[in-house]
Amino acid sequence: METKQIKLIDDSRVIIEALARAGADVYIGYPITPANLLYFYASQRFKYMLPAPDEISTMQYMSGMALTGHLPVTATSFPGLALMVESINMAYMMELPMVIVLSQRLGPATGTATGGAQGDILLLNGIISGGHPLPVFCPADILDCWILSAKALEFAYNCRTPVVILTSKERTMTSRSFDISTLPEIKPIEKKFTINPNKEYLPYEYTENLVPPFLPITQNTHQVRITASTHDQKGIIQHTSPEAMQNTIRLEKKIRTHIKNFVYFEHKKNNSNILVISYGISANAAQEAMRISNNKFDLLIVKTLLPVVNEIYEIIDNYTTIIVAEDNINAQYAKILFGDRLLPKVKTVGAIGKMLSPDDILKTLNNDK
Amino acid sequence: MTNKVLNTTELPFCPGCGHHLIAKNTAKAIEELNYNILDIIFVTDIGCHGIIDKTLNTHTVHGLHGRSVALGAGISMGLHNNQKKKVIVFLGDGGATIGLQHILEAARLNVDMTVIVHNNFLYGMTGGQLSGLTPKGFNTIISLNGNPFEPHDIIKLVNSAGANYCSRILGIGDFSATIKKALSTKGFSLIEVMEICPSYGVKYNPKKKLQEIVESAGFKLVEYTNNREPFSFSHYETVTNLFDKVKTIIPTTYNTTLNEQIQIVLSGSAGEGIQSAASILCRAAMLQGYNVTQKGTYPVTVGVGFSNAEVNISPYEIFYHGLYHPKYLIVTSIDGLEFSKNTIKNLPESSTLLIDDSLELPETKAKVIKISARKKGEKNAILVGLIYFSKLFNVVSIENLLKILKEDVKTFEKLPVDDVIKEIEKIKE
Ligand code: SF4
Repeated sequence: METKQIKLIDDSRVIIEALARAGADVYIGYPITPANLLYFYASQRFKYMLPAPDEISTMQYMSGMALTGHLPVTATSFPGLALMVESINMAYMMELPMVIVLSQRLGPATGTATGGAQGDILLLNGIISGGHPLPVFCPADILDCWILSAKALEFAYNCRTPVVILTSKERTMTSRSFDISTLPEIKPIEKKFTINPNKEYLPYEYTENLVPPFLPITQNTHQVRITASTHDQKGIIQHTSPEAMQNTIRLEKKIRTHIKNFVYFEHKKNNSNILVISYGISANAAQEAMRISNNKFDLLIVKTLLPVVNEIYEIIDNYTTIIVAEDNINAQYAKILFGDRLLPKVKTVGAIGKMLSPDDILKTLNNDK
Repeated sequence: MTNKVLNTTELPFCPGCGHHLIAKNTAKAIEELNYNILDIIFVTDIGCHGIIDKTLNTHTVHGLHGRSVALGAGISMGLHNNQKKKVIVFLGDGGATIGLQHILEAARLNVDMTVIVHNNFLYGMTGGQLSGLTPKGFNTIISLNGNPFEPHDIIKLVNSAGANYCSRILGIGDFSATIKKALSTKGFSLIEVMEICPSYGVKYNPKKKLQEIVESAGFKLVEYTNNREPFSFSHYETVTNLFDKVKTIIPTTYNTTLNEQIQIVLSGSAGEGIQSAASILCRAAMLQGYNVTQKGTYPVTVGVGFSNAEVNISPYEIFYHGLYHPKYLIVTSIDGLEFSKNTIKNLPESSTLLIDDSLELPETKAKVIKISARKKGEKNAILVGLIYFSKLFNVVSIENLLKILKEDVKTFEKLPVDDVIKEIEKIKE
């Protein structure tokens, strides 16, 4: 048996260590609360670490490094994400792997830099022009930080796409005791850049798995053309040619197909007909509410947050009452799941300027009875 | 493999556009320097010049408007100073205006790359609007009476930012020798090629010659050099395991008194060690095999105002760590008192407030214990509070607390532990 190794650590440390072990090798950073710990730890851990002057440069440097075969990471909060949006779209269109850790804080605008919130889910859901899905994973505890960070990078690499790890101030800046000997081993991604040597290489040619084989521009045997504009399989700009449109449609299909192999959630069943759905920091309040109430409800902690996977709806369909608990005042994830006009069986509970508490959830639960 | 840069002689620009000559001269320079064509990475910006991509036999990367220099810089960084490779960025005066900071940054970092600014004094692709590099007095579709503003001098700017080579030239005839100089520079190089857009420039400025426009704007055809080390990833000392940076706590077998999760709030002033004290309390509790969480709340200015820490200690797994029915609240300063006023007001009878004896007693239902903390020095106040907490309630044993205090607090010897313990014994009596 492993001897216990109990340490006082925060999620930021776990996320950075997990990403580094999984094979991320570049961190481009800049200071922003509440993502500063991630930046600090990355400066200690990543072989290639660069302080960028701003958010757009951050994403552009990351994209450049990705083109040379690196796996880059950054961390930010809403104000930074807002400035990155066009560049994230660029990386999505170019099909470049990278991980963005988003530590949410209270908005709008600069809001309260040191206040927690879960207010950026709607933005993430529509962040790619055209409505294409951007994969978002949301850890709710330290083990999640470990496993999902590695999985996020794996998804980014396998699918050639930017991926978001969504967390918030209350998780990235809170320390807790944890026995790190319980963390499973993370195997680094084995980067393979292989193509069919007997065929001309087209940078956006794809087969059934919808992911075009990537060749870094460090090699000098095959020409690589990469572009953020609408393009054909050769990577040549097109207006709306059928081949180019197929390519743009493929981007959507690619994520929706591959996310099926990256479905993460926790379904705690107590034989209730009430299901509380939560994620990230509010899932912690829901877990405590469940303990206090002596398991009065079932709980679904969603970890593959976006795009919403079928498994979530399959679980939801079994319940007569749904309560979606999240740290915002406008039921953002509930709206993503059910639309603006919530079904009568769907209740929501939220908070602003404070962490959603177990009492908030229990009150909603009791009102419903 | 071909050694030709261009795959056609028919370039996709309007007849007479200066972009033709820039493309041809750049191609000539690359070919004469005998580069392997696929060791060249062209990064193009948005603008007419960017359509060049499809005519190139090199690697091509086409990004966003104004961001090509940052993208190219990222690529160059990823090449790790491979001397055989070259990143060349094409952008217009519009893109250079949008991404001016990216250009200055790449020059400051001295990233190994060559940037060629196609300065035809306007945004061509969008209909001929002025840019930050348009000469004063030049007419554009949105400045029919002449550009009222002075332009940036991009050459002076990149030179002062530290570029190893920069030069302004007229885009006339054979200027491949200048491009060769730039390509042969290790580090950041930039050439501003002055040219004319026949479609929009000539339309609004009929009969004006390129040379005349450049001269009347005061743009000098200059060349500057610096001799600085090109960018490389400075080697930070990195660790191979971030967890090694945090001490492992091995629980000892003290009697544990808790059978439920409790919360202790520490409220004081910034700069008085509240967060460190919370961490000490956590680790002392961990020595007893408890689970803990530590959350801090403070204003963005960490050196002034309140500092608040919420610590949870539990024999079970802790799910929720937010402010939630605190059992103990330790207040050591007026800032802390002000911040926790509402919490104190709502404390139930079952809670205990430990408050520095210099502070006015707030309204509360909680049991109140006055502690003599600030008198032992501002920086010691919260540590004294912890000793009170330990001795009075034994959630964390004094032995464990002192063990961590000794390890952590450099000035431990100056902490009047014995005096404090004597005072507490008196209270107990
Ligand atoms: S619009 Fe102007 S800049 Fe663009 S290709 Fe035509 S002449 Fe050249």
